[in-house]
Amino acid sequence: MAEEFWRWTESRWTNPDLSWKDGKILTAGVDVGSVSSQAVITVDGQVYAYANTRTEPDSASSAIKAINRALEDTGGLTLANIQYTVGTGYGRVNVPFAQRAITEISCHARGANFIYGPTIRTVLDMGGQDCKAIRCDEKGKVTSFLMNDKCAAGTGRSMEIFADVLGVSINEVGELSLQVEEEPPPVSSTCVVFAKSEAIGLLRKGWPREKVLASYSSAMAHRVVSLLERIGVEKEFGITGGIAKNKGVVTRLEKELGVTALIPNYDPQIAGALGAAMIAQALAEKANSRQDSR
Amino acid sequence: MLTAGVDIGAKTIKIVIVDDGEIKAKNITMSGYNLMESNAQAWADLETHYGYNTGDMDKILVTGAGRKAIKAADEVTEAVAAARGSFALCESVRTVIEVGSEEGRAIKIDEGGKVIDFAINEKCASGTGAFIEAMASVLGVPLEELGPMSLKSTSCVAIKAQCAVFAESELVTMIHSKIPKPDMARAIHDALAGRVVSMVRWVGIEQSVMLIGGVSRNIGFVKSLGQKLECEVIVPQDPEYVSAYGTALIAAGR
Repeated sequence: MAEEFWRWTESRWTNPDLSWKDGKILTAGVDVGSVSSQAVITVDGQVYAYANTRTEPDSASSAIKAINRALEDTGGLTLANIQYTVGTGYGRVNVPFAQRAITEISCHARGANFIYGPTIRTVLDMGGQDCKAIRCDEKGKVTSFLMNDKCAAGTGRSMEIFADVLGVSINEVGELSLQVEEEPPPVSSTCVVFAKSEAIGLLRKGWPREKVLASYSSAMAHRVVSLLERIGVEKEFGITGGIAKNKGVVTRLEKELGVTALIPNYDPQIAGALGAAMIAQALAEKANSRQDSR
Repeated sequence: MLTAGVDIGAKTIKIVIVDDGEIKAKNITMSGYNLMESNAQAWADLETHYGYNTGDMDKILVTGAGRKAIKAADEVTEAVAAARGSFALCESVRTVIEVGSEEGRAIKIDEGGKVIDFAINEKCASGTGAFIEAMASVLGVPLEELGPMSLKSTSCVAIKAQCAVFAESELVTMIHSKIPKPDMARAIHDALAGRVVSMVRWVGIEQSVMLIGGVSRNIGFVKSLGQKLECEVIVPQDPEYVSAYGTALIAAGR
């Protein structure tokens, strides 16, 4: 089989400074997106473990795969130990072990509040096939949002297609796109369906790979900026989702917007799942206190 | 006088050779990665099958999205080529709708065949053949079977999303809820027809209406389009060659 350049590496992490056995409340958040699925496990509101995996053809197995990856290397932690799970993302209603499903807008705002701190007011979530501009308060509560509900142009999936056509690993496309002396004009169409022929068209012109990537990255950034400008960008500003890791798009976006994005303390791709786990924590506390007062 | 019209499309290259307005040869080749090479291949095929080569031509003109790649020949814009070819096939045509693999076009022409106005969609896949291709692959149905299959539809379901990417997700949900394949096939053609008609409205709909481009081969789409336009749609015998034919006629000064 040919090398798949779009295929980013799945990952997992356990917090070495925490032990789940000492925790009072264990919760989980699972974000089943169109391209990637994440699971985050928290112990008393602290991030204990997470996994970032590729979405499977159906949502339920994607959720199970993500949580199982997160449960690895935790010294015997199982799903039975987790008191409350919240599902979010595109496949949120199909997370079989979740007690609640909450929209990814709320979860991303909550997750960004944790990742970037309570000063964050504008969150841009750039995912596999959608893109959301979210305004939130100091508690990570959504005050307003806008999303691309009509058109998936310029979303993460098209970057995967470019990586594949150009034969550049998805982890390197951002950096490579910055290696141009002069910024080329942006491509005219960022339609995901046309991405492959758009890439081939630019290569046909004899453009080097970095120039092709620069042209596409700036078109992607431009599309997102127009979405952000419709809702208004209030500082501080942070980006979540897979594209947050693409330096080429982020740099161009910051330049066009005139605002610098905050540096994440965690993998920005887990923001949705992390927010879901935080909300699960709050819901579990509420349920426990209700039980205590009985 | 022997002339050739070369239509370099996103997916295929079409060449038509005419002698005093009469079609002598035609050829279709995949565009591939290198357009110059594919163009040379198309001419090699023409020589094998019909005995014509570029040296035999009094004039060659090119059209199509990739026309800039063929530097040796003069160009004709796609709208003019499509209008010329359609009008030559049927003089009553006033609206030409072209649906290709990655472009859609609506052209309004006058009684002399001249272009009065046109609208293009080249930015969004939802109004092009690429939409049907993406949907057919989600359904797991070969492209050429999708049209005939949709004619067997007994109940009408609708794809709400405009975007092909979101429509894919909707289709997956329909598959999970066991909607019959013919009904989904029809929904796909209705969705494309809806997008195409909204583009045609920019120029206005005046009869006769002719549909050209490769997607015209899809009988399900033709039916959906006729229903949405509420009028008869003429589909010529070789709809994908009409622009190349028009270009060859222009090369002949006709």
